[in-house]
Amino acid sequence: MPRNPQLNARGELQHLLSIEGLPREILTQILDTAESFVGVTEREVKKVPLLRGKSVFNLFFESSTRTRTTFEIAAKRLSADVINLNIATSSQSKGESLLDTVANLSAMQADVFVVRHASSGAPFLVARHVKPHEHVINAGDGRHAHPTQGLLDLYTIRHYKREFGGLVVAVVGDVLHSRVARSLIHGLTTLGVPEVRVIGPQTLLPAGVEALGVRVFHDMSAGLRDADVIVMLRLQNERMTGALLPSAQEYFMKYGLTAEKLALAKPDVIVMHPGPMNRGVEIDSSVADGPRSVILPQVTYGIAVRMAVMSIVAGN
Amino acid sequence: MTPLPDAEALLEPLVASLRPQLTPTSAMIGLYTGGAWLAERLHAMLGLEAPLGLMDIAFYRDDYHKQGLKHDPKRTRIPFDVEGRDLLLVDDVLYTGRTVRAAMNELFDYGRPRSITLAVLVDRGGRQLPICAQHCGARVEVPEGMRLRLKRTADGRLRLELEPHAA
Repeated sequence: MPRNPQLNARGELQHLLSIEGLPREILTQILDTAESFVGVTEREVKKVPLLRGKSVFNLFFESSTRTRTTFEIAAKRLSADVINLNIATSSQSKGESLLDTVANLSAMQADVFVVRHASSGAPFLVARHVKPHEHVINAGDGRHAHPTQGLLDLYTIRHYKREFGGLVVAVVGDVLHSRVARSLIHGLTTLGVPEVRVIGPQTLLPAGVEALGVRVFHDMSAGLRDADVIVMLRLQNERMTGALLPSAQEYFMKYGLTAEKLALAKPDVIVMHPGPMNRGVEIDSSVADGPRSVILPQVTYGIAVRMAVMSIVAGN
Repeated sequence: MTPLPDAEALLEPLVASLRPQLTPTSAMIGLYTGGAWLAERLHAMLGLEAPLGLMDIAFYRDDYHKQGLKHDPKRTRIPFDVEGRDLLLVDDVLYTGRTVRAAMNELFDYGRPRSITLAVLVDRGGRQLPICAQHCGARVEVPEGMRLRLKRTADGRLRLELEPHAA
């Protein structure tokens, strides 16, 4: 059996490329370590010396403000030196290949590459070519995976619900184009969530999604009943033009999360969203800003989770 | 080799040594895991007013670049303001002194204490840094390649044990 490309010969996490294929113990190790980092981020001095002298390169071949910023903050709180490269406006536009870019940065003594790329699999390609002491973290590749977002979702769920056993988690919206949903679903099933539901129109659910171990609902009211956790996905506006959906208004009527629909879930339900939100398209403002929303805590925990991932991979 | 001392019997003398030193601003911090168990006992015996602090120094270790983060670190919780305190730092076994150095580095990221005193159950020698304990239950000689650990039994009693050092 070929070795999992994320693990070293001792079975430790060397790169974080995808939640899929990671054993429960490693997911738990990341979540537990993140919990300790949450303590650090609540202090006056929000820095620890762990990655002092190490260089973290943020390679964003696809633009993202929030994810890049949280990776940057995480690396700085670990005392690493952070170099941000917005490659969309850099040498790639002059024709340099992905691996040449990485080789050049490696020659500048990189320790960690945080890679976001529009092509699925790009971080895997980088991980196959880096030196043994270099580590790759996937910050979102195509439609494939966004493991740190999935992990921060898992962290948030564990924080509010304590245990994964017994939970009903509903993931609502554009699962088809969502690397976030894919990563989260793998994590939820690995950690033993008994019921993961996906809710959305046929055109936005991948064919054969049931194979991931989820229950499929096209009727949002049925899907939300007795949910402990609701994860709303962003509806990308470009999908509207692709004829997958009639209109934003109609989508909101059927799949937008409103206070009325929220009332079908458990009274202590939490509402999550990976951001950025389209208010009035997939979520109503009264819900997004309401008492069940944990959307902003997700962002805060995302920093601790990224600190945990960086410090675990960079030490292995 | 002399037999290991009875950990429970060392508690009273340690408390007697600590008590005269207490000030109105005294507070205690135990280092995970053994030091936290010991600190829980000492804290209760001394009746300290400030709640007990517990610290995991994993993020301040000086061997991270060799060892990585091998164990899931526990969350450090210091439920009082460190600024201006007389801190009693508690660990089970004092050996190289590296844990204590890491603990002091971490403490200063919480504030500037007025003083830090170190209390340990046993000192096994072998210091690699200029660190010493002001309060020490016993001095113990440990054979080469062995590791001295504090264990806690199901009924909460503390016991010292020797075990081979993991490679």
